Order: sequence, then structure tokens, then C-alpha cells
Amino acid sequence: MIPPAFEYYAPHSVDEAVALLRRFNGEAKVLAGGHSLIPLMKLRLAEPAALIDINRIPNLSFIQEEGTHLRIGATTRTNDLLDSELLRRSYPILPDAAQEIADPLVRNLGTVGGNVCHGDPGNDLPACMLALGAELVTVGPKGSRTLPVSDFYKDTFVTALDPTELLVEVRVPKARARQGSAYQKIEKRVGDFAIAGAAANLLLDASGRVETAGIALTGVGPTAILASAASGALVGQSPDDQHLGHAATLAGTAADPNSDLRGPAEYKRAMASVLTRRALDRALARARGGG
Amino acid sequence: MAVSARPIAPAASLSTRSAPVVRIQVTVNGSPISAEVEPRTLLVHFLREVVGLTGTHIGCDTSHCGACTVHLDGKPVKSCTVLAVQANGRQVRTVEGLEVDGKLSAVQEAFVEAHGLQCGFCTPGMMMTATALLARNPNPTEPEVRDAIRGNLCRCTGYVNIVKAIQLAGKKMQANPTGPGGSP
Repeated sequence: MIPPAFEYYAPHSVDEAVALLRRFNGEAKVLAGGHSLIPLMKLRLAEPAALIDINRIPNLSFIQEEGTHLRIGATTRTNDLLDSELLRRSYPILPDAAQEIADPLVRNLGTVGGNVCHGDPGNDLPACMLALGAELVTVGPKGSRTLPVSDFYKDTFVTALDPTELLVEVRVPKARARQGSAYQKIEKRVGDFAIAGAAANLLLDASGRVETAGIALTGVGPTAILASAASGALVGQSPDDQHLGHAATLAGTAADPNSDLRGPAEYKRAMASVLTRRALDRALARARGGG
Repeated sequence: MAVSARPIAPAASLSTRSAPVVRIQVTVNGSPISAEVEPRTLLVHFLREVVGLTGTHIGCDTSHCGACTVHLDGKPVKSCTVLAVQANGRQVRTVEGLEVDGKLSAVQEAFVEAHGLQCGFCTPGMMMTATALLARNPNPTEPEVRDAIRGNLCRCTGYVNIVKAIQLAGKKMQANPTGPGGSP
């Protein structure tokens, strides 16, 4: 299969890329890893007039802590999340998810920015970023803006990103002591999109109670879902079996799955609960200094 | 290496749109190749039809099977889901580039000796992934090998001999790091 014809641009700066996006005014697509876009183009589900290849823009691929945040550049490869000692140590939810994304070959090209802003509810990083309380930094014709990822996902393949804007960076609040995070996913076969996935992020206070919590779900609704009631029910509580179980039940209630080839809706909802509990248990162990 | 610089004109296009061809230069197995391609030309088609290296196979054409795996700047990627223009100015290594001066690489020798194939269709991609794995980790455990080849499907072997072959290749490299096949 060969994609439909398009004009190809490989800008060397964010400003140049944004100027091109503005010129094509919604008719161009950004090419990062291409592992969602090129298959869509082969199937004629996407027929952009132009591709704007951002891989030659310097300084868009990085993972670093700076001030109050962890910053991840848009063209950071999925495998870079797995290879990062910093992430393994302080943000283990991201290597957890990276390990479950497609396969190692796809991960050599697939990018963090693409996974986050493609808008497919099967992408794994959106739920992680929701649970972590991340912000997205975009650049458009009117300049740069920062928006919370919780305001980003509108519907399947519909996000708050304007077609003339480029996502340049994801910012995650810097990890603190007594914080732990984890991602759990089940899939029908290796490398497939999730039947269901759950992301959990817990911060404990000095007495061991939950100070803040983030819970979000993959693949069980039109977008990644922030399970606010579930995480809210944990705040101020002891992270014991009763409270974690209650939060997991509430997460299942937040799911809004469809029945499809990956399973019936009720099965997916049940799995959203089960996986939330597993992710919470793992996140708790990590917050307490274990693995 | 004989190089044809003709542009690719895909036979069947559902789109009436056309776009100007782009001149690219790609170093393939150490040789610089310059050619004009349509932007939509996939790297696998460039390698097979322009460069004439047909060892890289087209399997599923949907980035699932890994038969088209090549190295792009040293990392294994699925060339059915990379545009040739994305490889402009970069290094590509294909299965034809594993053999050096008529000597099989350690991975190639090991796939022969351990019979790491049946029909052979997945083998070029499997060997490219194995080569990249062993460059990072010359002594992988069985789970590490199986994890590394998650993106390469084999419908014949059941993977047992492929895993054995990759581990054997690692041992060959360690036993004789400078000899024939000593490089991954």
C-alpha cells in the first residue's frame, strides 16, 4: 500500500514548522514517528495535502528535570522512555507504559508527542499523562501556550490542539519523595492496543496517608479517561485494601467502553477496575520505596 | 553498487493529486545512493525498487510483521512505515549489509547452524533485529531475546530455533570478536 501523494517539508525550526502549518491551515499533518499517521494514510483514512516532518528540528528530543517539572520533548522516541534511568527511578509509570506500546521496532520511531496528541483512545501515554497531572506546551501562530492534559482530549481523534499548532513538550510535575506510579494493560496479543489499561499515581504524606492521587484509563471510552471520583476517594485516606478497592470500583464506573473485537463492554469495564487496583498496588509499593 | 536514479512511479494510486519529486541521498550498506523519489515512496520500496536490494521483504505492509526491518542510523525499524525522504542524509543497513567481504556475520552463521528458519520469509527482518539486539546486549537471556523479537513475526518455526540462533550468535561474537562473523 502506498500513501496518497502529498507535499513534503522538513523544517529545521519550530517557527518554520508553525509557518507551514499556518500556510496549509488544517490541510497538513505533522510527521513525527509516523507509525500511526502513515498506516492511516495507506488506508486513505488520512489524506493530508502536506506532511511537515519535525524530525529534523533540533532540540525536540529530550528527557530532563528542570525546576519544578520533568520535561519531555515531542520527538523523544518511545524507547527513550525505557532507556532513561531518571524515569525508571522517579517516573516508573512511563517505562511501564513504553514497554507495552507496540513492539521494540515501532518504539524506535514512535514518539512521545505523537502518542500524546494523536487522540486515539488506545494510545497508552495519554492515561499516564492524565494520572501524572501533565501539561502540554504547544507553539502556534499566536505564540506558545501551556494547557493541562486534562483539558486536551475532546473526543476520539479530537483534541484541543489547533491544526496550526505544534506540540513541542510534555511537562510533568517533578516527582517527590513518597510518590509512586504504575501502568497496567491487558492486550489480546503482543503489541496490540489495550483491551483496557489503567494508570495510577500516588503521593503519600509523612504519615503514610494519600496526599494526592491520579487515576486514568486507556481504551475504555472515546478518549483516555481521568477517573477523578476514584482518585478523589483516596485523598486523605489510608491506602488500605478497603480504600484501594473502592477506588478501583469507582474507576470501573468512570469507564465508558464499547463492545468490539477486543471484548464486550462489561468485560472491559470490569478489567478497568481490576487493572486500576493492580496499578494502585504497584504505585503504592513504589511510593513506599519498593518496586 | 549499480544505482538507478529513476523516480518511482507507483502503479496504482487512488489519488489524483501529485507532488514534486524530491532528491534524496541515503547511505545504504556504506554506499551513498542518490535518487529522486516521490515523497510518498516508502523506504522499503526505495530499497527494493530503486536500490535493487530485494533481501528486505514486504510482509504485512502494516508495521506488524517486521519482515521489512532494516537499520536506520543503527536502530531497527520497519521500513514499510518509514518514508524514503525520512532517510535522507542517513545510514540504512539492510540484510545484504550483514555479510562483509564474502564472510557471513555471526548472526547469519548462527541462523544457518541453529536452523533458525523454515520458509525464510521473516529471516532478513529477524536477523536485522537480532543484529541490533546483540550490538546492545551480546549475551541476552531467552526472555530478552523473545522481548527483542516481539515485533518480528514468524509463522513457521514457533521461534524456538530463532531464539537459539540469536543466543548462538552472541556466543560466537564473544568467542571470536575479531574473526569472521565477529561483528554482529
